[in-house]
Amino acid sequence: MRLALSNKIILYLLLTLSAVILFLPILFAFFMSFMGSQDALLGKILPSHWTLENYEEAFRRLPLLRFLFNSVLISLMIMIGQLIFSSLAAYAFVFLKFKGRETLFFLFVATMMIPFEASIIPNFQTIKALNLIDTYPGLALPFLATAFGTFLLRQTFKQIPIELREASEIAGKGHFKFYLTVVLPIAKSSLVTLGIYSFLSAWNMYLWPLLSTTNDQVRTVQIGLKELQSQEQVNQWGVVMAGAMVVAIPTLILLFIGQKKLQKGLAEGALK
Amino acid sequence: MKQVEMIDISKSYDKQTNVLNDINLSINKGEFFVLVGPSGCGKSTLLRMVAGLEEITSGLLTINGEPANHLPPKERKLSMVFQNYALYPHLTVEQNILFGLDVKKVNKEERKRRLKETAEMIGLTDLLKRKPKELSGGQRQRVALARSVVSRAPLCLMDEPLSNLDAKLRAQMRIEIRRLQRQLGLTMIYVTHDQVEAMTMGDRIMVLNEGKVQQVGKPITLYNEPANTFVASFIGSPKMNLGQAELLAEGKQLIVEDKLQFQLSAQDRIHLPPHQKTTIGIRAEHLYPAANHEATHHLEVAGVEHLGNETLIVFEGIGDQLWSAKWSGQWMVSPGDVVPVSISVENFCFFDAENGRLIKPAYKGQSQEVVAQ
Ligand SMILES: Nc1ncnc2c1ncn2[C@@H]1O[C@H](COP(=O)(O)OP(=O)(O)O)[C@@H](O)[C@H]1O
Ligand SMILES: [Mg+2]
Repeated sequence: MRLALSNKIILYLLLTLSAVILFLPILFAFFMSFMGSQDALLGKILPSHWTLENYEEAFRRLPLLRFLFNSVLISLMIMIGQLIFSSLAAYAFVFLKFKGRETLFFLFVATMMIPFEASIIPNFQTIKALNLIDTYPGLALPFLATAFGTFLLRQTFKQIPIELREASEIAGKGHFKFYLTVVLPIAKSSLVTLGIYSFLSAWNMYLWPLLSTTNDQVRTVQIGLKELQSQEQVNQWGVVMAGAMVVAIPTLILLFIGQKKLQKGLAEGALK
Repeated sequence: MKQVEMIDISKSYDKQTNVLNDINLSINKGEFFVLVGPSGCGKSTLLRMVAGLEEITSGLLTINGEPANHLPPKERKLSMVFQNYALYPHLTVEQNILFGLDVKKVNKEERKRRLKETAEMIGLTDLLKRKPKELSGGQRQRVALARSVVSRAPLCLMDEPLSNLDAKLRAQMRIEIRRLQRQLGLTMIYVTHDQVEAMTMGDRIMVLNEGKVQQVGKPITLYNEPANTFVASFIGSPKMNLGQAELLAEGKQLIVEDKLQFQLSAQDRIHLPPHQKTTIGIRAEHLYPAANHEATHHLEVAGVEHLGNETLIVFEGIGDQLWSAKWSGQWMVSPGDVVPVSISVENFCFFDAENGRLIKPAYKGQSQEVVAQ
């Protein structure tokens, strides 16, 4: 894209401004997490002196590391599960021929219109009946299959020429080998996209972990954050913000690493 | 020995209309067999049925003498080259060529040996580490060829493999494919919509139209004795000139498109079919230029194409037909001119006026060509 210099300056000014506005709350939180409690109560923006007290306090009050570990584990489980199941489902929708394939896919995608909250009670009953309350599998199970992921990967797989499948068939490679050695490598960037997306959504889950866990052993970091907030009458905002920072760090790291791929993958899925 | 045989093969995609009708065909070992026809006539469908990628609706397919209707593709001992080459974009040229050999349990040494040999034969040695997107069209084509060669399958199927290349490269690849096929003794089934490709490459050609076999035969037979008017106008460039003909004056005179009159000699009358009405066909090279006094007819020029070594002239005013003539050398005529030509009945092919089937090929042209061979 070629722009005149003046246009460019205006564009960049606007972009910077909106970036600052969007980033402001996080910036406040960041500064606040390094403040003493007086500063926070006085509503200062920059700490008068920098301190790590809040972080120490946050880690002392709660098993934050345990929570972090739980979150990482569950998010990974959900991510891997989603990648496996939605890529297999998408493969079937693209490369297997069966009656009612399109109708089935339509129904499949239609489930995206049902919000998770609407199915949370039956899910809870199922997990409870399976005796999976307070377990990692119980936390991950309802999220292993995803219509969105299947949809995204189906779009990608559809761009693989059918002749590739036919050529492998003639070479004597079955569906599973073709899936592993051709489809997955070709769809790599979409898989990374879906992986990051599902990891982040799992990381940010709140309602389900709250319902399906009763003790700190399996709780995720988001619930921990909430506990930090409501344990006392007077909120120690500095401590809460320190907790929030700790929670946000893995997300940020992941975004920085995966930004390019994420954009590419989402754009690929959007084309055609 | 027959490599592939089809008996009464039909194909229908929607269970109502047939895309292919009662195909009967046998292809010999080591033969270069070309399937040609206009696009949409069912060539790819037929090829894909041989490959096992498409179900056969009815009829029997045998490969190496054994029924193969329900054999999975990998057990048919064949390789296939696709129109878009079907190269795996994430694999290097080397990996692309060797793709599939691991399934066939070919050991490492043997794989290496075959790769080296094939790459040398096809001229890919320097490109082995590249990815398909770093190759030109012609190079991709070669990789697809190499993949098919390396499998050592005795039967090779190709579906319009050259249609994405430019004219010059196409001519070169035609020769190369033909050379490879001879060298390796492959049985080839080659699909194309280009009659030049069919004529120049095929040992035998099958012309297909609207799902029906029009004719099977050697290129030269198809050219000289087209089985019907479709083959006559499909094979050869320019197409054969066709016209409605009628016998008059008790069989002593033939009149074409109510315009061109021919007095029939005694010899003509021996060779001519007795039918009152026929469709006649004459090749462009048999409309000879003539001096005014030896001309049999005068025709009006509608268009001229100068090819340098020869001149292509299109005549109008023969009924509503346009006839073309191919004269060697450079002829300075222009549209609107009336040109003397010499046309002789001995070069006429006669087709049934109703169904277009060949009644009699040209008696002169044929005997000449046979001698020339
Ligand atoms: N998968 C399919 N489903 C339905 N009809 C098809 C399919 N493939 C081809 N056809 C139809 O069959 C006919 C022959 O197609 P094809 O064999 O591809 O022709 P060609 O290769 O000679 O151009 C065409 O009319 C085409 O529309
Ligand atoms: Mg085709």
